[in-house]
Amino acid sequence: MPSDPPAAAGSPSSRPLSPHLQIYKPQLTSVLSITHRLTGIALAVGTLLLVWWLVAAAVGPRAFWNVQQFLRSWIGYLFLFGWSVALFYHLANGVRHLIWDAGYGFELKTVYLTGWTVVAATVALTVLAWLLALFFIGVNP
Amino acid sequence: MTMQTPLGRVRGLGSAKEGVTHWWAQRVTAVALVPLSLWFVASIVRLAGADHALVLAWLGSPLSAAMMILVIVATLHHAQLGLQVVIEDYVHREGLKVAAILLIKGTAILLATAAIVAILKIALRS
Repeated sequence: MPSDPPAAAGSPSSRPLSPHLQIYKPQLTSVLSITHRLTGIALAVGTLLLVWWLVAAAVGPRAFWNVQQFLRSWIGYLFLFGWSVALFYHLANGVRHLIWDAGYGFELKTVYLTGWTVVAATVALTVLAWLLALFFIGVNP
Repeated sequence: MTMQTPLGRVRGLGSAKEGVTHWWAQRVTAVALVPLSLWFVASIVRLAGADHALVLAWLGSPLSAAMMILVIVATLHHAQLGLQVVIEDYVHREGLKVAAILLIKGTAILLATAAIVAILKIALRS
């Protein structure tokens, strides 16, 4: 057994400390958990773009054209793609959270099964949405 | 429906001075956002590449305008509740924490107001 790590400076106790976050091997459960929070923050930032789009549509053609120019640039597409991934992930994992809130799905096997289901649903919904979007880009005026 | 204990209900307050109000509001908006965000994504996908006239025609329908207002309100309410928890988890200086939470809530209210006025302006133009 290796010796206990030293207590943090100023710590009143010399008891061993829990290992720091960086020492833990990333696991599906913890990665999905922090991803839920990160995608939530990203989606909150994304609401700025949505409100800009709505306000510009109300202001007039010139303002709307400016939003379109941004959305149709490569950075706009990158933004929209990231937003769609974040939304589908947060939606799918949010449903997983609601199932937990109802008291179900806490067995380790189930946690991993629902976790991989969330990953698969995110990929599938993102691909489906973009295939349909690319179709409508060719059809819409 | 309440999830408070009888004692909590009598006292009216939890340790956070609000009981389960925050937690419950976050779940209610989450449930509402499942159908709302699916409707929103379907609408946006349908509008991909659309010009200004098509967007105005879409948002000019009462159903789209009503749904869009619900999307905005539920999303921004859910977002500010979630961001508040993130700030409470990571910002430990009391003054900075309160300022950040006020900034988040104020921004959410401003964004929601701007979006709703924009939606109504499009929906009610004759």
